[in-house]
Amino acid sequence: MSILTGVGARPVDAPGTGQAPDRSGRRRRWLPYLLLLPGFAWLVLFFVVPTAQLGATSLYDPSGSVTAGYAMTWEFGNYPDALAYAWPQVLRSFAYAGIATLIGIVIGYPLAYAIAQKAGRWKNLLLVCVVAPMFTSFLVRTLAWKTILSDNGALVGFLRDTGLLSADGRLLATPIAVVLGLTYNFLPFLVLPLYASLERLDTRLLEASGDLYASPARTFVKVTLPLSMPGLVAGTLLFFIPAVGDYINAALLGNTNTAMVGNVVNSAFLSRQQPPQGAALSFLLMALILAIVFTYVRRAGTDEVV
Amino acid sequence: MATPSEAGDLRITNVTKRFGPFVAVDDLSLTVPQGSFFALLGASGCGKTTTLRMVAGLEVPTAGEVRLGERDITRLRPYQRPVNTVFQSYALFPHLDVFENVAFGLRRRKQREIAPQVEQLLALVQLEGFTKRRPAELSGGQQQRVALARALINHPQVLLLDEPLGALDLKLRRQMQIELKRIQTEVGITFVHVTHDQEEAMTMADTVAVMNAGRIEQLGRPAEIYEYPATAFVANFLGQSNLLAGDAEGQSGGDVLVEAYGQRFVVPAVRARAERGPVFLGVRPEKLALVTESDDVPAGHQSVTGVITDSSYVGVSTQYLVRTGWGTELAVFAPNGGSAAPLPVGGEVTAHWSPEHAFLLDREPGEGDRTTPELDTPDAVGAVA
Repeated sequence: MSILTGVGARPVDAPGTGQAPDRSGRRRRWLPYLLLLPGFAWLVLFFVVPTAQLGATSLYDPSGSVTAGYAMTWEFGNYPDALAYAWPQVLRSFAYAGIATLIGIVIGYPLAYAIAQKAGRWKNLLLVCVVAPMFTSFLVRTLAWKTILSDNGALVGFLRDTGLLSADGRLLATPIAVVLGLTYNFLPFLVLPLYASLERLDTRLLEASGDLYASPARTFVKVTLPLSMPGLVAGTLLFFIPAVGDYINAALLGNTNTAMVGNVVNSAFLSRQQPPQGAALSFLLMALILAIVFTYVRRAGTDEVV
Repeated sequence: MATPSEAGDLRITNVTKRFGPFVAVDDLSLTVPQGSFFALLGASGCGKTTTLRMVAGLEVPTAGEVRLGERDITRLRPYQRPVNTVFQSYALFPHLDVFENVAFGLRRRKQREIAPQVEQLLALVQLEGFTKRRPAELSGGQQQRVALARALINHPQVLLLDEPLGALDLKLRRQMQIELKRIQTEVGITFVHVTHDQEEAMTMADTVAVMNAGRIEQLGRPAEIYEYPATAFVANFLGQSNLLAGDAEGQSGGDVLVEAYGQRFVVPAVRARAERGPVFLGVRPEKLALVTESDDVPAGHQSVTGVITDSSYVGVSTQYLVRTGWGTELAVFAPNGGSAAPLPVGGEVTAHWSPEHAFLLDREPGEGDRTTPELDTPDAVGAVA
């Protein structure tokens, strides 16, 4: 699972280690670090420093104000306070993101399988179709969903006519709209890694499985699914993690009762003027996601599946 | 699914398989007796693998019927057939260890007592103690044995082997040939072995079918096919033959008379596949002997004269090329048994043979001599082996 473990810098020994390293050998030993330097500098500047600042903010005295400034009082009480304030939104975030991920798998797995194994010469075109929405802005796409789901739109009209929705039923400003929006916006991140692992799937293994008395359904469970597990794990993580922290879908497609933790963080910083609470919530979210990812990856056993 | 009690031969009747306009298998019929070791031999693209895949259920015939005993299996899905395959690439499951690879078929059929059966099969292929290894941690020969165990554990009525030794180096291949033969004798299951290696087919199989262009050219015991090939293709695919273009002029006292290049030859009628019209007069290179004086040709032998153009010493024999008066180069393999000195290149010689070592084959009018082996091109036209 390359995206999780990362590749550590392992200096390569110069060939002919029996001799004292010559100049080119020494240069070669430093080369990996040299290549890492730009990325490393970038991460320190724009990830480590802001994260440390965020961590500090989460421990500020919450009684300060933006104009008067905040005092560092190692206020660990900010964490339980933030959770007490926003626990419904935290739970909702994980629930919405979880449901959206499940829907994403139901839609994305067959799609990735069809593109990888059955599309033939249409393969590249279909892949472009999967990625194409990302050529426009995330915000614009979500706004478009607002039109699609609007009360006087064709979709709601159709659902009302067929009785799937009551006469005054609506989609916009409901949890359904938020989950649909999340599913739509993050689907490509699920499909692409899945496609990559399904594309490598050796169809001769499927023939061998059929030859060994496995029906097509058993072959899927026993061969196709385990072999595509790395792609599925990577895809669900790339889908789930940003979906949990997302606030645009909830803001544009939901109502006040569908707010997610991202919306609370947003308002803590930008409208309610409570940066320590927002920072504490951010850290809580990070910790929860890490815990979930860790158990998920362990259970999926990806380090065993190559 | 496998019903081992139900005995039966594998019968392929008038089977044709087309891929678009390409005819891979052309109206093929053959019977493989139960318990035999049967080899389908042919160059790439001859339809042998397609035939095998139709028996496995991985391809559906365009026409014709595949039967196992009395049961018509033509349209059964692969997982419904009491047939298992050892694939050319082995196709071992990379995510499962050796034990689970071998147990795969048993688990799919909800069998009990899996572990002792797996142990027994791994012992048969001499891979005890490898149960926890992944396929990627095994050598080619070991993977081949796992693939064999994985198929055999299901006690199929027919075991299909698709070039199973193709990926192994020569020494390992010879060793596995003996091993496979031993296992087949031990388990008594019908083996259908697809190969392009004529030596492999001859050393292992009881019966060999030589295929060419989607059809069977000849079927029989290896010695039968070698000693009395049915077609010019077989004569030069299974080993090598000197085929001289001639015209048969009918029978006379148990022999068929042949005229070729102004000379008259005779071939016993029992070794003639044609008695009139254009024929090939065939003699295997090792059945030819060389003498320097035409008086030394033994009585009753027949001969042609020529000049040695090439001589290669290959240990057990010396292989000569002898150019005849009309320009064809005959291959002559002389055993290095006696004390006779090798014959010099450029020397005039007489090649002679006993008539009962010759054979007569049909020849298309206008077709010339054929003395070189059929090339086994790895990637023939059509790409469907």
